[in-house]
Amino acid sequence: MSSAFESHPATRWGALAPAVVVIGVFMLVPILIMAVISLLEANPYGGVYHHFSPAAYVQLLFEFDLDDSLVFNPGYLIILLRSLVLALLATLSCLALGFPVAFYVTRQPPRRRNLLVLLITIPFWTNLLVRAFAWIIILGRGGVLDTPLKALGIIDESLGLLYTDQAILIGLTYTYLPLMVLPIYASLEKLDFRLVEAASDLYADNLTAVRKVVIPLALPGIIAGCILVFVPALGDFISPTLLGGAKHLTLGSLVQFQFATARNWPFGSAVAMLLLVFVAIGAAAYVMLARPRDTAR
Amino acid sequence: MSAARRGRGAGRVGAGRVGAGRVGAGRVGEFRGLGAWAAGFYGFLYFPIVVLVVYSFNQSRLALMWQGFGLRWYVKVFHNEGIRGAAYNSLVVAASATAIATVVAVAAALALARGGEFRGRHAVLGLISLPLMVPEIVTAVATLMFFTSIGLALGLGNLIIAHTVFCIPFAFMPIRARLAGTDLSLEEAARDLYAGEWASFRYVTLPLMMPGIVAGATLSFVISLDDFIITLMVSNEGTTTLPVYIYSMIRQGVTPEVNAISSILFAISVTLVGVYWIASRAPVEAPSKEEKTP
Repeated sequence: MSSAFESHPATRWGALAPAVVVIGVFMLVPILIMAVISLLEANPYGGVYHHFSPAAYVQLLFEFDLDDSLVFNPGYLIILLRSLVLALLATLSCLALGFPVAFYVTRQPPRRRNLLVLLITIPFWTNLLVRAFAWIIILGRGGVLDTPLKALGIIDESLGLLYTDQAILIGLTYTYLPLMVLPIYASLEKLDFRLVEAASDLYADNLTAVRKVVIPLALPGIIAGCILVFVPALGDFISPTLLGGAKHLTLGSLVQFQFATARNWPFGSAVAMLLLVFVAIGAAAYVMLARPRDTAR
Repeated sequence: MSAARRGRGAGRVGAGRVGAGRVGAGRVGEFRGLGAWAAGFYGFLYFPIVVLVVYSFNQSRLALMWQGFGLRWYVKVFHNEGIRGAAYNSLVVAASATAIATVVAVAAALALARGGEFRGRHAVLGLISLPLMVPEIVTAVATLMFFTSIGLALGLGNLIIAHTVFCIPFAFMPIRARLAGTDLSLEEAARDLYAGEWASFRYVTLPLMMPGIVAGATLSFVISLDDFIITLMVSNEGTTTLPVYIYSMIRQGVTPEVNAISSILFAISVTLVGVYWIASRAPVEAPSKEEKTP
């Protein structure tokens, strides 16, 4: 006796239709339209002219000189590289900070483990903006970090951390840390600890056991964590805008700027498409490297 | 083998006695300083939040100068017309988007969990998780261009549509996880006892999946309430939500009022996440206790 969802395709698709229609019409279609707009010519007064033009993508690397010849302009390439470097550094910081914690949590008794995992998720569900704002108070001139250091005579001047690339890095690391710890924890939780004990019996010291046993077995979680941190960090808008002070554009804030201020839809769309390319690369890497073996057929 | 046994045995004894047995490189899998590292990690995670909440009780006019404890800024928040309007918008959008997304997600989760293998299954799953994969800023500008292109201007309606889209996967995941964990035999038993498809759904499946529905609905409410980037792009002057209002306050300057409203928002999120946590951990068992006795 099977469910009507299995025996009647009409019932099944009827139940799936709302989700498919809502996400299809209001997400997939807008992204496809965005792909088209990135290939149209910008109307300098906002909006687009309806004819094909690769100008938006050309603008990523070149600009028109006074005599209308194309010259190489590294400006946007620098923004791309800065975003890539910041996202990479944030990913590495999250890994360095998070891996030992994921390992620590797995070694706790189950009840305590659940509490520790909950404590990791709570900041993640709180408002992104609120978390960035807290870092403004901490890093700002005369802020929570400056004041005691000054009082103790360790520094004379403000650290001047706010509105720098370091501040963006701190913000990104802080924001995406849970996305690193949780997948690593998920793969370490399944780890049979007797394997580590066996390594120890074979005279592996602790670090060797971690290097040769724990890390290889946790690799799917590590890869998943790295992708889950890197991709959104690359497109992050809040940390660069609030902590980087908008002088240091990244891909995310560049997209926002093109729509809110410059009103160049095709160029903004082209940059957004570039972000989507990185998402696709991340997703492909995940499928190839991190997907659990038993579901990969 | 025996050493491994001993190692495991030591692991079960309380942490207090472990130190005594430490030899050479330390107990298996024990690292000196690992606990301290973890403590530092949790400190890093909560330090900004503690700072935020503590400073929200600051009496000073300047956000960064401590001048004694008080509720002055909370009073100011409650009398701020702009914040009240934005909070109202946030609640309307979050409640509407959650209601629609949850119903949509329940139907989709049922069809996917009980529909067996069918053509297009993976495509549907991929489509539902699309909002989780696309960076928010990309969704935000794509939605903005789409609404502008088709001339859709429904005020809060635009926001409700945009929020419903990204709430669906958040509502869907806990419901699907819950359904995957429930026993099909209960539904089959109901059908054996001549319950129709609807009756077995109403009296068996629905109660079983209820914790998942509560968890999913809570999660999408939190996500909607906290959303900033998509809302910033899609909203206009009349449809400002709380996060967008806070953003404009931060841009005008750092005042303790931002701390107060941020702390309130934080408290709401934590409460809702608590509800989600409890609901998503409800044990999977038959709707009534009697059925459990053999």
